[in-house]
This record gives sequence, structure tokens and C-alpha cells, in this order.
Amino acid sequence: MKQIQDFNVLKNRRLNADHYILELQSKHPIEDVCPGQFVQIEIPDSKTTFLRRPLSVHFYDKSKNMLSLYVRIVGEGTKYLGMVNENDTLNLVYPLGNKFTLVNKKKVLLVGGGSGIAPLLLLASELQKSGNEVVILLGARTADGLLEINTFEKYGKVVTTTNDGSAGVKGLVIDHPVMKDQNKFDFVYTCGPDVMMKAVGEWAKNLNIQCEVSLENTMACGIGACLCCIQKTVRGNLCVCTDGPVFNFNDVVW
Amino acid sequence: MVNLNVKIGDLVLQNPVMTASGTYGYGPEFDDFVDNNKLGGIFVKGTTLEHREGNNYPRMAETPSGMLNAVGLQNKGVDYFCKEIYPVIRHYNTHIFVNVSGSKVDDYVKTAERVGDLEDIPGIELNISCPNVKEGGMAFGTSCSAASEVIKAVRKVYKKTLIVKLSPNVTDITQFAQIAENEGAEAISLINTLLGIAIDAKKQKPVLSTITGGLSGPAIKPVALRMVWQCAKTVKIPIIGMGGIMNATDAIEFMLAGATAVQVGTANFIDPAVTMKIIDGLNSYCIEHNIKDINDIVGLIIKKS
Repeated sequence: MKQIQDFNVLKNRRLNADHYILELQSKHPIEDVCPGQFVQIEIPDSKTTFLRRPLSVHFYDKSKNMLSLYVRIVGEGTKYLGMVNENDTLNLVYPLGNKFTLVNKKKVLLVGGGSGIAPLLLLASELQKSGNEVVILLGARTADGLLEINTFEKYGKVVTTTNDGSAGVKGLVIDHPVMKDQNKFDFVYTCGPDVMMKAVGEWAKNLNIQCEVSLENTMACGIGACLCCIQKTVRGNLCVCTDGPVFNFNDVVW
Repeated sequence: MVNLNVKIGDLVLQNPVMTASGTYGYGPEFDDFVDNNKLGGIFVKGTTLEHREGNNYPRMAETPSGMLNAVGLQNKGVDYFCKEIYPVIRHYNTHIFVNVSGSKVDDYVKTAERVGDLEDIPGIELNISCPNVKEGGMAFGTSCSAASEVIKAVRKVYKKTLIVKLSPNVTDITQFAQIAENEGAEAISLINTLLGIAIDAKKQKPVLSTITGGLSGPAIKPVALRMVWQCAKTVKIPIIGMGGIMNATDAIEFMLAGATAVQVGTANFIDPAVTMKIIDGLNSYCIEHNIKDINDIVGLIIKKS
């Protein structure tokens, strides 16, 4: 069930100039969260923003009433949010949206670019738990943008690309050798810039591999009421917040 | 005990707090957060005769103390509403109003007729003020003759409670309030969104796919209060006030300006449980101010001046 719940900030961990991770804990039991789901977070004390911000759940630990959010600073809201201190209170509406399809005992590839890695950590951990062979391909412009590699390594084999070759394979994610190995994967999950998801999706489609993408459209309500975050799909305009954020690649009209 | 009951036409609302069309889906979207049975009423998403896909993305821009939207009346049409949605929501113990919109007078009439057959829908809100559709919508709400024509035509076929939702994008909103009253509407609701633009200076482009959109949120509250006050001095039929109501105090202000009831819109996006807090807040306000009947504050600033 969706909740409106206060969480305390356990840690606000700055990763680089424009990325941070918020570790949040509630005094009360928290709801189940599935990989791919997101929260709508209130931006405290902001003089310039008005709406909540939708953020993917990066990781969660139900036994400790904890969840974490991986955030890229893209505007005023995420900038203010990055200024919170330990023990500050943040108000969340969650869990929102659908979820990634969880397969068992398969070979799976997760492809993340930029802030698109946000929903992939929880996904990787769940996929590993259900006996999948997990390969995680993370791409960034430069080495400085490849974040949380060590954390991802707990849940699978991590490979990387950078546009300038400063770390991993030089080029785009689609250029990485794991993508050349045909028929290796049963399922592909991707989140990141549209152009990247589209390239990964086309690649998967050509090889007849199932592919799910997680989309990030601007939202107001997050619960399917306002119809602002729509995505064109083969089934008409759908809400990213309730029909998504996870879509089958083939359903999306790009 | 404070009396929070108010009347719109022959309908008694258990309290003045209702939800604004386009901000509350059909109601079930909020079931996890609120008890919809406690609301004064629910105004469901704008409904048209035919299915509408709405406008292209992006449809929303956050603005200072508010937001612009350009949804463009996306909905699956009145038949879908009657078959698929009505059976789910008809049993809420609150009044459900269908917001009716269209491109032509005949669309409004046919949609109103279809909704008129639904036993548990006691009223409609005639949307002659949507700023986000190319044809119809606001065109009906910004021309006196067009407004008169569409209200008259719908009134002829629709016998239950008829509420006309007015556009603020006019020189003198009281003219339209007067037309609604003259054509036999039971109530008017105001204001719909104010036409605006958001521009992305970095990209040197408009934010919305449609360039213009409708502004809502606390940014428009003073304009909305002024228009409610003007209309309250002009017509005798009840006014449902809206525009930036975020809490009980805002709702009280609208009632003091002359609104018999209110609609809460954009605030639902920020706090999905806000309507319950507003109902409680109205009750507390009345107790604190020794008001036994909330109707006593309706239009108080007009009576005092």
C-alpha cells in the first residue's frame, strides 16, 4: 500500500560534484519496495520549488526500515535536497510505480548510464538472490562519472565504458565486448539517457532478447492522477508514474 | 457540534471540501491516502464524447508557487467512463460530479445526456474553460454568446445539478457568472487555470509542447479570491471556489470571499491526504471562532463591507 511517511536522514553521502546518495531510515516499519519503484520526496525549505521530486529507490533494507536514493543534481529541487543534514526529516510518498520483471536462474544484463544506475542496484541484488548470472554494464562520459562500482560488484560482474577511455572500454555502452557476444543473455534491463536505452533496446530486439527500460519523465502527482508524465506507447499515452516507470522496450514509441 | 453541511442546488454536501477535476483522477487513485467517503464531493477527470489522447509531452512545468499543465483533456471518452469507471466509483458515499468537455455544442450535449443516465452521478461540471485544447474548451468560456449557447443546450437535456466552470482568462468574469445563472445553472465553479508560458532559458525554448498551459497552485490564489468575490456580488447561485487552496485557511478565505464550497486541486499532488486535513481544519476553525454553522462565513467579507 502506498504511504506518506517521514524518514530521517542517516547519511548524505556526496559522490562527486553532482551526485549524492541519501540513506534514509524511518522510525516505523516501511512498505515493501520492488526494484524499479520510486518515491516522491518533498524538498524541504525550498523557496523556489513547489512539487515533490520522483526518485528511484536505489537500495532498501526492510529489516532496518531503511532505503537509499541515488540522486543527480539536475535543478533546484535536487540541489536543495542535497543540502540536507543527518537527522533531518524528509517526507516520502512511496512505493510508487510498477517494477522490473524478476527472472530466475537466467543470464541477465543490466545497462546503466549516468543517473540511470539509480534503480539498478536493488534490481541487481534481487536478481542475484534468485540465482541469476548478473552482468552489470555501466557507462559514463569520464572515469569520474563511474560511481558505486564497488557496491555493484557485490551483486554481479561489473564492466564499464567511458566516452574518453579514462576507465573501462573506450566508447559507448553499446561498444562494449559483452554486447558482441550474441545469445549470451536471456533478459536485459536498462536505465539512462533515452539515446542509450534506445540503442540497448534495438540491440536486444535484434537478438530477440527481452528488454525492459526504466523511464524518467517529469511528473507532478506520481500516482496517475494528473496525466502529466505520459509516454507514447503502442497502447497509446501511458503514465510513466503508474503504468511505468518500467516498460517493455517494444511497447515504447521512441 | 459544528455544521459543515452546505448546499449546491438541491444537493447537500457533508462538508464544503471537494476535489478539482484533473487533479484527482477518478478517486481510487487516492484510496491509499484518504477516505473518499469523507469528501464533500469528487469532480472526476474531464470527460469528452470521444476518446482523446491529449497533448504531447512535455505537459507540465513547475513554476514559482505553482505549475503549468497542458494535458489537453486526455480521457477514454464518456462510454468508457460509463462502462469501466462508473461501476467502480458509484458506491463512494460522496457526490461524484463528471466534468464534461467538448469541441462542439453537440459534444457537450451528448456527453451530458450519457452522464445524465447514471443514477449515482448527481451533477456535472460544464467545462467551458479548459485552456489546453485547440477547439472548444475555453473558446466557449471566453465568448458570452458561445457560453450562453452551450449552457442553454446542455440545460435542455440535463435535469440534475448543473455547475458551470468558469475561465479566468476573460476581462470580466462576472458576465459569465451572470450568463450561467440566467441559463439555469445551479452553481458556478471558479477559477479554472490561468493561461501562461514557461520558457527554458538554457535551451531557448518553451517548456511545454503546446507553448502555453494552465497555471495552478498558490500563485493564482489572490486572483481566484478576487474573482470569487466579484462573482459572489453578482449572482445568487452558489459558488464553488478554487485556485491554489493548500490548507484549511485557504479554504476559509474562499468561503469568506463568497464561496459556498471549494475544490482542492494542485495541493493533492504535493500531499495526497491534504483534503482530509482541510476538512478537519474547517471544523477546528469553526470551533475556535465559535461558529456553529459554516454557512455563516460564506461571503462574510461582502456582508461586512
